[in-house]
Amino acid sequence: MSAILPPTERVWWKEPLDRVELLWIVIALVWCLIMFFMMPYWHVYGQQNLANEAYKTSPEAFAKKADEVIAKYKVREEGPQKIPVVKPPAGSDVYLVARLWSWQPILELEAGKSYRIHLMSMDWLHGFSLQPENINIEVHPGYDHVLTVTPTAPGKFSIICNEYCGINHHTMISPLYVVK
Amino acid sequence: MAVNRNFRTCPTTGLVFHEPAEKLMRWNAVVAVVALLIGGVLAIGVLLTRWQAVHLLQADLFYQFLTAHGLNMLVFWIIFFEMAILYFASSTLLRCRLATPGMAWVGFWLMVVGALLNNYAVLRGDSSVMFTSYAPMGAHPTFYAGLILFAVGALIACFVFFGTLVIAKAERTYHGSVPLVTFGAITAAIIAVFTIATGAIILIPTLLWSLGLIEHIDSLMYRTIWWGFGHSSQQINVAAHVSVWYAGAAVVFGAKPMSEKVSRTAFLLYIFFLQLASAHHLLADPGLTSNWKIFNTSYAMYLAVLASMVHGLTVPGSIEVAQRQKGFNNGLFEWLRKAPWGNAPFVAVFISIVGFGFLGGISGVMMGTEQLNLIIHNTLYVPGHFHATVVIGTTLAFMGLTYFLIPVLFRRKVAFGNMATWQAYIFGISMSGFSVFMMGAGTLGAPRRHWDISFAGNPFGYEFPATAWLMIALMGIFGVGALVGGAMYLAITVYSVFLGEKIQTPDFATVSAKRGMAPAPQPVAVGATGHGAGVGAWGMVAPGTFVLALVFLTSFVLYYFVNWKYLSTVWPLR
Ligand code: HEM
Ligand SMILES: [Cu+2]
Ligand SMILES: [Cu+2]
Repeated sequence: MSAILPPTERVWWKEPLDRVELLWIVIALVWCLIMFFMMPYWHVYGQQNLANEAYKTSPEAFAKKADEVIAKYKVREEGPQKIPVVKPPAGSDVYLVARLWSWQPILELEAGKSYRIHLMSMDWLHGFSLQPENINIEVHPGYDHVLTVTPTAPGKFSIICNEYCGINHHTMISPLYVVK
Repeated sequence: MAVNRNFRTCPTTGLVFHEPAEKLMRWNAVVAVVALLIGGVLAIGVLLTRWQAVHLLQADLFYQFLTAHGLNMLVFWIIFFEMAILYFASSTLLRCRLATPGMAWVGFWLMVVGALLNNYAVLRGDSSVMFTSYAPMGAHPTFYAGLILFAVGALIACFVFFGTLVIAKAERTYHGSVPLVTFGAITAAIIAVFTIATGAIILIPTLLWSLGLIEHIDSLMYRTIWWGFGHSSQQINVAAHVSVWYAGAAVVFGAKPMSEKVSRTAFLLYIFFLQLASAHHLLADPGLTSNWKIFNTSYAMYLAVLASMVHGLTVPGSIEVAQRQKGFNNGLFEWLRKAPWGNAPFVAVFISIVGFGFLGGISGVMMGTEQLNLIIHNTLYVPGHFHATVVIGTTLAFMGLTYFLIPVLFRRKVAFGNMATWQAYIFGISMSGFSVFMMGAGTLGAPRRHWDISFAGNPFGYEFPATAWLMIALMGIFGVGALVGGAMYLAITVYSVFLGEKIQTPDFATVSAKRGMAPAPQPVAVGATGHGAGVGAWGMVAPGTFVLALVFLTSFVLYYFVNWKYLSTVWPLR
């Protein structure tokens, strides 16, 4: 008689469906398929897809590469901690180091040019959150994640950490400059 | 040891309670409410800190409160309550004695000790790692040990539940198939077993690591397996609260499932396609391919989404049919207008269905879409989403069930007149506002689990758009409303259970196995069986629900493509 009693018809699996249910199942299934195809579609025609390129590496090796880039392309220092600002040439490999609780180096990129940005953490998980664009990527220790990004317009952006990483999590922020 | 065969029958509902099962249900429900109380007190601190205009707690306390809030709410409140539901769906609905009550108590006490130990770890102050406890950030060993004990206890309870099903079959306490609600509970219990197994695979090594016995835990491996546990456990909640929806429709309206076949198949989809859907927590992670992500989220998740969309239609649909058969058969929506809007369990279940579908369901699919996740991951959108699923969906449904259980299980009148109904409205509506504004702030980039989005005193500050601040303030205001609603629930339940007016009913009496058998089913007259015969319109028994479902679909489709549009405006990324 009701959902808290055994079904009245013993062979309930042979009961016919009402039109409401049948129609709805078909509609919902079609919609689920559309949603499925949107993802591969965007890989082919969309511009925003997260890179599959990632390498296992050690914090030391990653930090070394980052230092090389800083040495080569440093243009100035910023903030009380004198964080280096680098202006790498378009198309080059740039290393962004996440550690408790800072991002290094500060990047200065050119609008309309593409860069291969390597993201990795030296210790715990961190969250790369580029504001106000609102692009959010998980940053792991031991996984060098290579993103090819193309800033669209000049301006001052911020990278904040949005994966909880301990007591000073909310202080982990860095500017990112995009110039003409 | 002699088997306890004491049963009592509730005179108003006809439900049958086995003495040990009743005691277990009561204790599990009471402990659940205690956890809700603790989580609720912590929510005050968390909310009033995130509401930047108030910014109540210091950073360390905030992260500590947040860790404890997540655990007490998501794990302890919900799972203790679910244990009560498992015993109800097996022993009570099948009119059967509970298998091995002794073991059930062992499970219960393990859960209690585990919950206490875990809370102790967080209280120490060195385990503010959030409920996800992502390695390599480590907590005190008691943090993991507590969770493991709790999980073992819950596993025992699941086996007591399965044992009860076996006894019911053997002693023939019911005929034919188990009721739909029991079927839903079986789904939940099966998912629970493999959820707990996954939890063991990840938590045991992590415990050993925290003790220094294992050298290294890989962060990606941890997140991948942890979410096999964390996501599946949410599916337990969905299976449980969907069962509560069906139970609500049954007790308030006497509604019969539109089709047993459809509803049961939908439950089965949950079992088949859930574990894999946990991939949607890893969409922003390196080291996993897009193929893996797309396959695991869509093949798996969308079939689970399909299942929820089906339940979302069939529960209100069955209510519509029941109402139309009672004579509210005019137009599309008379059945809904004439629904019992002053009945607390109904209001709670109704808001739970609507909120879960429109707010929790749609937002969940957004986050679970590979590319869309990029503009959502780890923002406030995420807690906004799950306060809609696990609070409006699960918690509110359980609140509605409580108002049904107080007279039936505790044999007390629900206190304070129709305050219970008001509670359901206030909590449901405030929580909806709270979730929506949280999601709004997330869309504008505000991060989750963050003590200070003003970055005060930081040489590199960032100023969020003014709209984000407005959203946070509205979140704070609606959050306070939700706290008031939560406090009303606690006041009503605690007062009713301990001080409420007693209801005199026939007490326990021994029932022999033979007398406990279900009567042979009466052959049903042909013609009268046709479900919903002679009601509805357009050749549909529930046209009103169908229209509502189309409204839902339209909002879903629009919002989905709005998000793609928004994604297309951010920096190109390969
Ligand atoms: C009474 C009303 C409630 C209010 C006002 C409230 C408020 C909040 C707030 C402000 C956060 C912080 C979000 C962040 O900073 O990331 C939060 C987190 C959370 N809440 Fe609630 N909450 C309530 C009830 C619940 C309930 C009933 C549940 C579960 C059933 C729940 C589960 C969670 C979880 C799992 C988190 C995430 C913790 C984390 O990120 O580790 N909340 N809540
Ligand atoms: Cu960080
Ligand atoms: Cu952080």
